[in-house]
Parts: sequence; C-alpha cells; structure tokens
Amino acid sequence: MFSLSYFLQQSMNGVILGCIYALLALGMTVVYGILRLINFAHGALITLGAFCMYFVFFRLGLPFIASMFLVLGFGGLMGLVLDFVAYRKLRGGPEVALLITSLGFYTFIENLTKLLVSPQPYAFKTPAFLATLYRTPFLTFRTIDVFIILSSLAIMFSFHLFVRRTKMGIAMRATSENLEIANLMGIEVNRVISVAFVLGSAIAAFTGFLWGAKYGQISYDMGFLTGVKAFVAVVVGGVGSIPGAMLGGFVLGLAEILSIAFLPTRFAEYRDGIVFAILILVLLVRPSGIMGMREEVRV
Amino acid sequence: MKRELWFLIGGLILFGALFVAERTLNRYILHILVLMGIYSIATVSLNLTNGYTGLFSLGHAAFMAIGAYTSTLLTFPVPLREAYELPRLPWFLGGPDAAWPFFPALLVGGALASCAALLVGAPVLRLRGHYLSVASLGFMVIVVTFAKTLKSVTRGPMGISAIPLYTNLYWTFLWLLITVYVVWRIVNSRFGRAMMAIRDDETAAQVLGIYPMKYKLFSFAVGAFFAGVAGGLYAHFTKAIRPFEFSFAMTFQIVVMLIVGGMGTMSGPIVGATLLLALRYALKPLEEHLKLYGFIELVYALLLIVVMLWKPEGLMGRKKIALRRRKEERAWVEFSTPR
Repeated sequence: MFSLSYFLQQSMNGVILGCIYALLALGMTVVYGILRLINFAHGALITLGAFCMYFVFFRLGLPFIASMFLVLGFGGLMGLVLDFVAYRKLRGGPEVALLITSLGFYTFIENLTKLLVSPQPYAFKTPAFLATLYRTPFLTFRTIDVFIILSSLAIMFSFHLFVRRTKMGIAMRATSENLEIANLMGIEVNRVISVAFVLGSAIAAFTGFLWGAKYGQISYDMGFLTGVKAFVAVVVGGVGSIPGAMLGGFVLGLAEILSIAFLPTRFAEYRDGIVFAILILVLLVRPSGIMGMREEVRV
Repeated sequence: MKRELWFLIGGLILFGALFVAERTLNRYILHILVLMGIYSIATVSLNLTNGYTGLFSLGHAAFMAIGAYTSTLLTFPVPLREAYELPRLPWFLGGPDAAWPFFPALLVGGALASCAALLVGAPVLRLRGHYLSVASLGFMVIVVTFAKTLKSVTRGPMGISAIPLYTNLYWTFLWLLITVYVVWRIVNSRFGRAMMAIRDDETAAQVLGIYPMKYKLFSFAVGAFFAGVAGGLYAHFTKAIRPFEFSFAMTFQIVVMLIVGGMGTMSGPIVGATLLLALRYALKPLEEHLKLYGFIELVYALLLIVVMLWKPEGLMGRKKIALRRRKEERAWVEFSTPR
C-alpha cells in the first residue's frame, strides 16, 4: 500500500492543499503584519469567491477567463468594502477590537450566504476542460491539479515581485515594519492597508474557486476552518514574513495530507485536530515560526 | 464583610423571586429563564479572560463540552448504561455500580475543563498577541473531534441522550451566584488588579513586577472551570448532548453576549446574556415561520458589528474601559498599533 506511487500521489495532494493554504496565508500575513489583525473575515471571502464563481460561470455561463477575473474583482471589492465599513473606523484602537469585528463580519457573511443560497452544500463541477484525467506510471492527475499549482505559483511569484519591486510593495513592507514611522515618512498608510485588504481578498476569493474545482463541493461554512488554518500556516511559517507564509502553507498542507495518508484510516477524522496540534507544537517549540524573527518589545 | 452581607441579601431576594416565578410563570418561560442563567454563567466566566485579562479566548464551547460530557458520564444512571453503550465507572471513580450525585459531578467537570485550559494555556499564553484566540479555537476543534471519534465513551456523533434532568432554576441561579461572587472577589483583589494591569499594558505591568503568565493562566483556568460547570448544567437541562452543539456557533453566541453587555464589567455579561436570549426567543417564531434558518445568527453578528463600531464598551460599560481612544487623542496616536 505504501508504495512510491502512493507516496507521490499523496504528496501531490499535499502540495495542492499547500498551494491553497499558501495563497490564503499571503493575504493573512500582510494584514497581520500591518494591523496585528487575525482576519477571520478572510475565510468568508473563500466562500464568497466560490459561490461567485458558481453563479457567474455555471449559472450565467460566462467564459472561464472572464469569470475568473470577475471573481478576483469581486473579492477585491469585498475587501475594500470591509476595510471602509469596518476596519478603518477601529484603527488606533486595541487590536482586540479589530479581531472581534472581523469575527462578526465572518459570521455575518456566513449566515447571509446560508440564508441567500442554501444551508445545503452545492456540487461544484470542475470545468470540463480542466477535468481531463492523465495517467502516468507514478501519478494520476487531472488538468485542474496542474492548473492549481501553476496559477498559485504565478500568483505567489507576482505577489513577491509586487512586494519587492513596486513602490506600493515597498511601502507595504515599510508599514508592516513600523506603522508609525512609515506614516511619518509620508507613506499613506491608509491606502497601503486598503491595498493589502484588496489584494488579500481577491486572492482569497480566487482560492475559493480553486477549492471548489478541486474538491467538488462548496458550502456556506467552507471558509471558516480553511481561513483559520491559513492563519496557522502563517504562524508555522513565521509571522510577518511573506516567504514564510508561503512556506508555512506548503508545510501545513503536506503535513495534513501525509499524516492522514500514512496513519491508520481510523485517524482520518482527526485531520483538523492534527493541524491545530501542529499549531500548539510550533507555539511551544518555536513561536517565531520557521522564517520569522523574534518580536522585540520596545517601550 | 458588609459587601458580603449585601450579596447574601441580594441572593435571598433572588431566590424568593425565583420561588414566586416557579409558581406563577409557564414552563416555556421557565425554560428560557434557566437557559438565561446557564448562559450568564458562561458569559461571566468568559468575561474573566476576555474582559478583565484582555486575552481573547474563543474556546469556551470546548470547556463547556468537557464539563458537559464529564458530568454526564459521572451521573448517568447505572441501569441505563448497558442500553446506551456507555462504560461503567472505573474503581477509582466509585466502581461499576456507582453513579455520582449532581453537585460533585459538576465540580469534577469544571475541574477537568480547568486542567484542559492549563494544558492549552501553558504554551500559548507565554506569547504576546492574540495567538490564544486561534489556539483556543483549534482546541475547540480538537475537543469536538474527540467527542465525535471516541465512540466507546461519548457515543460519537449521535451523542448521549436520556441524561437525568437535574438542573432546575435553583441549581442554575445558585451557580450563577457562586460564579458572580468568585469573579467579583477575584476582580477586586490583588489578582484582579494585576489582570487588569496586564490587559491595559503588559509591558508596564511587567515593569511593576507582575509576571503575566501566572495571572493569564489563572484567569484562563478559572474561566474554564465555570464554563465546565455551565456545560454540566446545560447537559442536565437539555437531557441530550451531541458533539456539534459545542461548536463555533456556541462560542460566538457567548462572545456576542459578552461584547453587547460590556467586556470588563460586572453586570454586562448577565445583561448581555439575558437580552440576547430574550431576542433569540422573540425571533425564533419568525425564523421558523419564514424558514429563514441562520437569521438569528445574522442578527447576532450584526449586533456585534454595530456595538463594536459605535459603542465598543457595550451596554453596561463606562467610557473608562473604552476600547477606542478619544478623538483628540487618536489624532496623535492614529497609528500607534502596539507591536
């Protein structure tokens, strides 16, 4: 049973889940780096993105590329709305206020989806041209798997370039290093934060589509645990570090899949538990994560 | 001692009122009253961590689950154990022919919840930042998973039914009194002052010689104890428990009660729990009639957002504990997010 091909197959599943976590962790770590906000509402964007794709692509029948960009735009817009409606008002207050508000928004969006769409999960068919099955001696995969890996890598790479090379990206790093000083340096911190929310939310919405296309089912509460696990990925990779967040996503995805793949079947139900056990372990052994630096406290 | 005397008199008046209520009100209202009491206990205990110590725990439902399952397993009637496929008690808990009385079972449930809190808190509370909210949420997921999978002890997803009905008005409000008394005494002691100092400024508190970890763990464990008790009361009131009841929805409900009532106030949690449960039961016919499932949670979430944005100190809070700084002050420290 534990043959090479089994291992490869499961590793691929792990990498795909890792891609999804890594994409979510990107948005989460940028927001956390700047505002110290564990953005629970990030998870809601996954759900919204998945349902947006469902309605635009399957119900309205728009072309695939167009609906993909529509989902990205929709996610970005929602991020902007959340920032303007809620988070902007609370800036300068304690971090807890932001956390509670994002929790409120998560539940609000979840229950609105439940009311408007359905409490039952929806079947989400993989688009036909992404469903082709390939068999090789070691690995069986569908086009969607390749699509997820390639599009995730593309997004991560362009995000990396954005953060490293553009003016806005540099401003973003400066802001997450020290908000006050960035502000004094003439960086428009509010705009930087908005951009962080927009980008993170757009990516989260896109991830919702990837999730649906890969696992074939979307539901109103799909975003909750996924979003929280994305934050676990942030902690595992190292808070505040963007490459760390991506790495943390892959580590977590692989750990989750491989642990259930190689443990006896009766442990399959402990899947979510394993992720949080990893979190507690990381916090115990190396709270700064794989690539993070120790946070110093200055008075 | 004078304050204790007033507390005692207040308690006696409360029990007098309960006695009258039990004779006059109908069973539906009494049912709601008991639930208000149970949720008040949960909210008051959550207030100790979230309100006074400035930690943000999201694992309250997990502690309630531990209390609920523990006390249920201890008190479950021996003749029914066979039929419900529940194990008999081992020798150190009284042997196979024993079933515990209600009160000690609740205590043990609370104590186990406390131990769990220490176990989770120890690695997490050393750190700054709100790792606790994610870790406690994760802990809740772990507890629910165990409740689902340890079928020989918890009967898995179908849950345990036919739990003896022990909880009544008097038990509930007795425990509410105890909880409020303990929290009140803690808050007005050296411990409470230290907890609030940590909440307001951890670094400054450390400079004054307070070791934050000790107080954080203490408040987390005490909060978990009463959550466990509330869970036990809940189990012996609804007579049936299933793993998925103790999920994020329940934690969220308690958090909303606390925020709406006012974090870090004595009366806030009780007011919040009472008001929100009243709202729930007022909206319930509407929800069921229109088949708008999720409507009540939507209203709860909306309330939470509205309170956070416009009255973050809650209904009973004073500006003193304002979560937001004043306008003039904010102009200066607009972005002084503490690092």
